[in-house]
Amino acid sequence: MADQATFVEQAMEHMPSLYAAALRMTRNPADAEDLVQETYLKAYRAFGSYQEGTNLKAWLYKILTNTFINSYRAKKRRPEMSDVEDVEDLYLFRRLGGLEAAQAGRSAEEEVLDLFTDDQVKAALESLPEQFRMAVLLADVEGFSYKEIADIMEVPIGTVMSRLHRGRRALQKALVEYGRERGLVG
Amino acid sequence: MSVPGDDCGEAIHRLYHFLDGELTEDRRVEIQRHLDDCGPCLEAFDFEAELRITIAHKCREEVPESLRLRVAAAIHHEMQLSAGPGGPAPAGPGLDGGPQTGS
Repeated sequence: MADQATFVEQAMEHMPSLYAAALRMTRNPADAEDLVQETYLKAYRAFGSYQEGTNLKAWLYKILTNTFINSYRAKKRRPEMSDVEDVEDLYLFRRLGGLEAAQAGRSAEEEVLDLFTDDQVKAALESLPEQFRMAVLLADVEGFSYKEIADIMEVPIGTVMSRLHRGRRALQKALVEYGRERGLVG
Repeated sequence: MSVPGDDCGEAIHRLYHFLDGELTEDRRVEIQRHLDDCGPCLEAFDFEAELRITIAHKCREEVPESLRLRVAAAIHHEMQLSAGPGGPAPAGPGLDGGPQTGS
């Protein structure tokens, strides 16, 4: 059992990633700030039930995710992934391939991917339907394992895997669209 | 391990499980061995790995100082509430002008 007095020193360092996740979830800075504050307050109150030595970041994310789902999620129906056209594996790679070949050196991928702006990458992620967005966010941005994501989202691991699979493909499709607008992709 | 095309299909199929570190050791070694021999697959794996780093990097955010202060104040307030004897303590010294009920 964790001592509440140590909460501040242990939990505050996770605020940058929690705030970034809150922004991707709510897509709105004011709501993201409220969500982070509420998450910290709930976490502080519940800190006695946190098992010292287990993954504190995952525990905080679980509170963040639950709070978002219960309080901040817009009630109107969001588009489901079935509304999104599916694409094949390596969708972005195949489309940037020509551009990449034109560049020399080991960091070719890095250079090509750097052509996307921060705002485009954020917008591409935020364009995904919520369940898929959260799975991709937790895996690709935060680096949680399938097991940790299953625990945070309270779904079976198989569901995590299928949401990740489809979410990543949809993210690549969104990036290809931004690339097209800028003439990076044919 | 016989037909090259089969190995490539298998490798691409497991690409994300590999990058996610979610494969069994046997399968991981098998795919690593294929990547050592197959330039096109290695290139695809490198691209996907780099894409993931790019996404994580470009989604970073700076926490507004006002948010840090807000959260610190909210927790401080909460600490005082739970430390107070019996009933709730005042929101903060002088904030509401009400009577102080310190211990």
